[in-house]
Amino acid sequence: MELYTLTAHEARELLRRGEISSLELTRAVLDRINQVESDVKAYITLTPETALAQAEEADRRFQEARQDGTTDELPSLLGIPLAVKDVISTRGIRTTCASRILHNYIPPYDATAVQRLRAAGAVIVGKTNTDEFAMGWSTENSAFGPSHNPWDLSRVPGGSSGGNAAALAAHETIIAIGSDTGGSVRQPAAFTNQVALRPTYGRVSRYGLVAFASSLDQIGPMTKDVTDCALVYQTIAGYDPNDSTSVNQPVEDVLSVLGEDIRGVRVGVPTEYFGEGIDERVAAQVREALHVLETLGAEVVEISLPLTPHSIPAYYIIATAEASANLARFDGVRYGYSAPADSLWEHYMRTRGEGFGPEVKRRIILGTYALSAGYYDAYYLRAQKVRTLIRQDFERAFEHVDVIAGPTTPVLPWPIGWAMENPVQAYLTDLLTLSQAIAGIPAMSVPAGFVDGLPVGLQLVGKAFDERTLFRVAYAFEQATGWGRHQAPLVSSGETQE
Amino acid sequence: MALTREDVQHVAWLARLQLTEEEIDLFREHLSAILEYAQVLAEIDVSDVPPTATVLPMRNVMREDEVRPSLPRDVVLSNAPDKQDGYFRVRAVLDTGDEG
Repeated sequence: MELYTLTAHEARELLRRGEISSLELTRAVLDRINQVESDVKAYITLTPETALAQAEEADRRFQEARQDGTTDELPSLLGIPLAVKDVISTRGIRTTCASRILHNYIPPYDATAVQRLRAAGAVIVGKTNTDEFAMGWSTENSAFGPSHNPWDLSRVPGGSSGGNAAALAAHETIIAIGSDTGGSVRQPAAFTNQVALRPTYGRVSRYGLVAFASSLDQIGPMTKDVTDCALVYQTIAGYDPNDSTSVNQPVEDVLSVLGEDIRGVRVGVPTEYFGEGIDERVAAQVREALHVLETLGAEVVEISLPLTPHSIPAYYIIATAEASANLARFDGVRYGYSAPADSLWEHYMRTRGEGFGPEVKRRIILGTYALSAGYYDAYYLRAQKVRTLIRQDFERAFEHVDVIAGPTTPVLPWPIGWAMENPVQAYLTDLLTLSQAIAGIPAMSVPAGFVDGLPVGLQLVGKAFDERTLFRVAYAFEQATGWGRHQAPLVSSGETQE
Repeated sequence: MALTREDVQHVAWLARLQLTEEEIDLFREHLSAILEYAQVLAEIDVSDVPPTATVLPMRNVMREDEVRPSLPRDVVLSNAPDKQDGYFRVRAVLDTGDEG
């Protein structure tokens, strides 16, 4: 068995027993990266030297703990290779947001999530590709070029956290963290047969996450299985005084619910999640997944979330409005790309015009328009009111069900190049992952099988702060089906349009 | 909702974003399509519906006004494209003509 194929919880057992070392595991992952990265292009920046040094340090701690008989007291992710999406700040490691405007930016501090993972012993192997500033669905909008889906190298791995997803599927890391503003950990996980969680808004600190849309952004784990997802979530969740929107209430133990049966759990299936715009083959595969939940004792009932289609315009107005304000900070003065110019105004205009890519510019323009005089009430304020109604849709549904289930994405991973050519149509592919972000509730994607060799994800949506039920149902489904154990072939079926 | 080239140029100016002629045409087309799609929001009755700015029940978050350690100046300036005497260096703010 190749060490790079291990999950974190499998590796942890072997590390604690001294059967493998973190140095061996980290070397195996770095060798694997050397072997496949030219096909996959999951990473923007690799950090092999510091990774090996961190691995050696981890091995010293394992050795000491084994001598003292205290391996059970070691932090949960000691010596485990970790990939970090390149919109999350890492002290001393270049953080580009896949943008020319930050191509040389080296953060002077760690994001809280990164700091907690470092404290838990994780070994950072590199920073992964993303759509520029996390704005996109495919990593096609990266200034560093697209990542490739290990299930079919001519297709996208999804996005915006597509680098993480591709790295996990190609075994170029053991665990990863990404960010989710409207589906950006869940959709790429679905496209690559991996597991991802968007936690409840406020559950994980956003400190050090380069802001896209502050009322929607959440950091979340991306992993090879549900147990690893729980381990990473448990590490990064919790109150942080550096983020005034982080919630000061205790984090429930999600590891203890793995293995609990799901008899009697009420699963709501929204009619709208199987309606217009959903690929029939994806819908059929997910209906089978729902049948599995039924055979495990869950009670599956049909529900309605009538405002699902309206979540697309509401999201794009709110997210772009917030983005237009957040991205005002990139002015070429304090960090990043700075264009030559004679006057201050020309300097701003050229730095931003040359530093941002097309999708980021499109969203800044849309967001600025939605906030501008004369249009604020018609677009931004109206979208915020619809946001209230979307939340109420979910609140009503959760009076009758414990969890909501459906496909994570309406479509299969598309050929590289499609979203670039069809940016407006690409917005519609976010249909099933936006409303949960708008409502601030947790949602998870787990592998649910294949259509023509391409992965399909089952999305599970929970009440705010009820990650436990998601983990319980996701684990039961994973154990019953084993879809996540299928391995990506790393071949190409067609021509890319690069 | 059809935007004009002038609309796009005006918004680009508000956002301090220089666009090429091709980008102005392209964004005019894309944004018109997106705003047309956004008209479905106008079909919903939102009278008496309060807006949601944040999903959290919290409002103002206060803390004690205590002096805490911050990053040293040289670290803060370490990413600056242009700096001088411990400051970020910028183009002249005044006397830049009539644009501002």
